[in-house]
Amino acid sequence: MTTATIAGKQLTVDDEGFLTDPQQWDETIAPALATNIGLELSDDHWAVLRFLRSDFASEGETATLRRVSTIGGFPTKQLYQLFPKKPAKKMAYVAGLPKPKGCI
Amino acid sequence: MTQVQTAPVPAFAEETDRKLCLICSKGTLDMAYPGLVLANAALMEGIEVHMFFTFWGLDMINRDTMDDLKTTFLGNTAMHLPQGLGGVPGMTGLTTRMMKKEIKKLDFPEVPEFLQQIADAGGHLWACKMSVDMMHLEEGDLFDEVEGVIGATEFMEMSENGQIIFI
Repeated sequence: MTTATIAGKQLTVDDEGFLTDPQQWDETIAPALATNIGLELSDDHWAVLRFLRSDFASEGETATLRRVSTIGGFPTKQLYQLFPKKPAKKMAYVAGLPKPKGCI
Repeated sequence: MTQVQTAPVPAFAEETDRKLCLICSKGTLDMAYPGLVLANAALMEGIEVHMFFTFWGLDMINRDTMDDLKTTFLGNTAMHLPQGLGGVPGMTGLTTRMMKKEIKKLDFPEVPEFLQQIADAGGHLWACKMSVDMMHLEEGDLFDEVEGVIGATEFMEMSENGQIIFI
């Protein structure tokens, strides 16, 4: 585990760079995490991130991409456009959540 | 704990030139899912994906059959029950319903929806020309997202430098 400064805050991250404590995340951190992976956050990104955060709060684990699509109501095509190539991992990273474990 | 100023950035920021080609040759429900799951997982990892449906695998993209794939007891010793049971009328339907229920519990979609998800994620679907001809089908009989009916030689061109999985 590593402590790093992200958006002026001291945060703990794992070897890959994912936040290890979702509670340390707030909305001021997301833009810096997004920049790290080459994304600029739009309102559409934020809608997905807020769904992920609220779903995590109620379910206790990072939503699968399918769940973001079926429960969150974001079409698969849109998720791949917003978070290209590795949508599930990228959105979890920017939302300060653990790397998703599901295969779907 | 290590103290650093700059946080590590996940490797997924880098792009991959990996390409995965899945040959789906089976038309049973249980043998449809390995290809679908792997294709979807590869797309989620930013890998280019091509699925080539051949022989009985064509049932996965045939509009008439894709929503009605079955799994059977017969010849499947992994069911760990007497094989004679497989011949009982209605047993294939029962086994299929049980498998579909378990798949649904895990929140995996049914075959047509799974293929749509793969296509929406940028996966490419191809039908084998020999199989289409052999089964007297036409392109219009196939799932909308199928990009074309191609021969084995075209598949060879398309799969150049890719990794191939035969199911």
